[in-house]
Amino acid sequence: MLRRLLAASLCAAFALAAIPSEAQTPSPSAPAPSQPQAGGTLNVYNWSDYIDPYAVSRFQQETGIRVRYDVFDSLETLEGKLSAGRSGYDIIVPTSEPTFARLARANALLPLDRSKISNWGNQDPALLQRVAASDPGNRFGAVYLYGTIGLGIRTDRIRAVFPDAPLDSLDLLMRPENAHKLARCGIAVMDSAIDVLPSVLRWLGRDPNSTETADLRAAEEALLAIRPHVRAIIPSGNIMDALATGEYCVAMTYSGDVIQAQARAREAGRGVEIGYVQPKEGAQLWFDMLAIPADAPNPDAAHAFINFLLRPDVMAGITNHVRYPNAVPAATPMVDEAVRNDPNVYPTPEMLTRTFAVTSLAPAAERARSRSWNRFKAGR
Amino acid sequence: MRRLPLLLPTLWLVGFVALPLLVVLMLAIAEPGPGVPPFLLPFGWEGGPVLRPNWEPFALLVEDDYYLSAFIRSLWVAGATAGLCLLLAFPMALGIVRAAPRWRAPLLLAVLLPFWTGFLPRVGAWIGLLRDEGWINGILRGLGVIDAPLPLLYSDFALFIGMVHAYLPFAVLPLYASLSRMDLTLEEAAADLGATPATVFRTVTLPLVAPGAAAAFLLVFIPAAGEFVIPELLGPSDALLVGRALWQEFFQNRDWPVAAALAVALLAVLIVPILLFQRLEARR
Repeated sequence: MLRRLLAASLCAAFALAAIPSEAQTPSPSAPAPSQPQAGGTLNVYNWSDYIDPYAVSRFQQETGIRVRYDVFDSLETLEGKLSAGRSGYDIIVPTSEPTFARLARANALLPLDRSKISNWGNQDPALLQRVAASDPGNRFGAVYLYGTIGLGIRTDRIRAVFPDAPLDSLDLLMRPENAHKLARCGIAVMDSAIDVLPSVLRWLGRDPNSTETADLRAAEEALLAIRPHVRAIIPSGNIMDALATGEYCVAMTYSGDVIQAQARAREAGRGVEIGYVQPKEGAQLWFDMLAIPADAPNPDAAHAFINFLLRPDVMAGITNHVRYPNAVPAATPMVDEAVRNDPNVYPTPEMLTRTFAVTSLAPAAERARSRSWNRFKAGR
Repeated sequence: MRRLPLLLPTLWLVGFVALPLLVVLMLAIAEPGPGVPPFLLPFGWEGGPVLRPNWEPFALLVEDDYYLSAFIRSLWVAGATAGLCLLLAFPMALGIVRAAPRWRAPLLLAVLLPFWTGFLPRVGAWIGLLRDEGWINGILRGLGVIDAPLPLLYSDFALFIGMVHAYLPFAVLPLYASLSRMDLTLEEAAADLGATPATVFRTVTLPLVAPGAAAAFLLVFIPAAGEFVIPELLGPSDALLVGRALWQEFFQNRDWPVAAALAVALLAVLIVPILLFQRLEARR
């Protein structure tokens, strides 16, 4: 959240620097034949550092639509702006739960007109089926990128201090005796109740979406048992930075953040070796969705942009750049081999069966969960 | 024509204080619900004007001790920050007043200088200094004083460093103003009549600067009580302050009425010291 504001503004500066200036945009003499001529300006609101800058400039060249690219650093920022109405954005990228589902229920999103998205069928039907839990009938969103929640680990250090560590399970973090062994090496948990509690419930063998007081209490007790060994409960962005520099041994966070930290650590070449653990007990699956606000000024351009992003070659470029998997199977052969064959980026079909999706809770249950989380953070 | 000068402040107070306050009050008794924006107005028109206030947000604030503890913690952080600022600002202001006249302007400028840099970069600089791999830990390790990094960031220590750093100028300026208006001959007279420097300070200087000190305390205390950014960026993860609670209600629980009710409650709590201060002033 706010701790990430600084990082995010820097990222925004980089993102904008990387996108060629709007002045040199249209070359009307040679528009791509298949693209509709929507024209005008497209206001995109996406996560920071979450697109292939080349894709944006290519879209501008092919369609003559000017793209104004803006970034957010947390779902709360996005939802806050959208809830107030008249955000002025044409494309937003909310995560399936809770924000996308809530916005859809609040009538804040425009139903997608599939006749304008000829590439809609490029998406993996099995993944669309998973998203339908948040958006029945897939009316309001196309899948942009997705991932799981698990553990980012410093394999080299863990091997040294804890040779027989279970490197495929949430046991590594959630069993107090294991957490105790790794405490000095550094444990971090991302500061997000909705992204941590479901996995803990699943690890306990309970329903990840449970709102039962007894289940919540059990998850809280399990977390409190490891609390003395947890060094930091901070936003996921900070965890990514700290993982890359080798400050933590175990960190519970998003898969893509771990993969990015891994790449950065390799570039830095200081011998920091990072790995990702997708918990075998079941990992929380999330989807970042392409959606159009109900009051978008330029819905035609927004549809054209979604259609463009669902092209296999464009999607492959994005995955190569940000290292999150996409939901367009035809793109996979064009993804760099190292990324495509990394099961931590692209879960195998077998790994996908061991994932679960979350559903959004009623406000009272949401409040109970954030109270529980606060007690974990405070350690009492 | 004589009333004209009053027009601007009146318009300002109505447009930028009274109206927004009214909107917040209205939100606090609205019904939360899905939609854009996520609430239903507490009044409407159904063949005639109807009023349907929802008092649940305020009931929740009273029932759930979570909010009370957030208030207590916020007031304690604000009070400690204001106290620390006073302790530091008093010698600073005294030093500036007693400095040679040609030094006064540059010294005052130095107090204000941090305002020339953005607020976030200054807090960001503290993060860079205090983090595990940061400057302070790096230097201490290099000197061999410590072998493991001190957990400086995300602690009460970092929180108060950030708060005092941000609010110190608000304490220095009113103290400087009241000290520079002080009649120095009164102190000299006391000293001539045999008072020791300590007695002079206690019986003459302190009572004379008390109003300035009270103003300085309030100027720091009031914004510090609602502070959100500094505890978020530097404070410990268990720092449950009102600003944080309000942020959670607004952004995470999407319950705008409860967030508005919290804002109203904070305002009500902060009005108490302001009224006390005014009564003190009136008595003088």
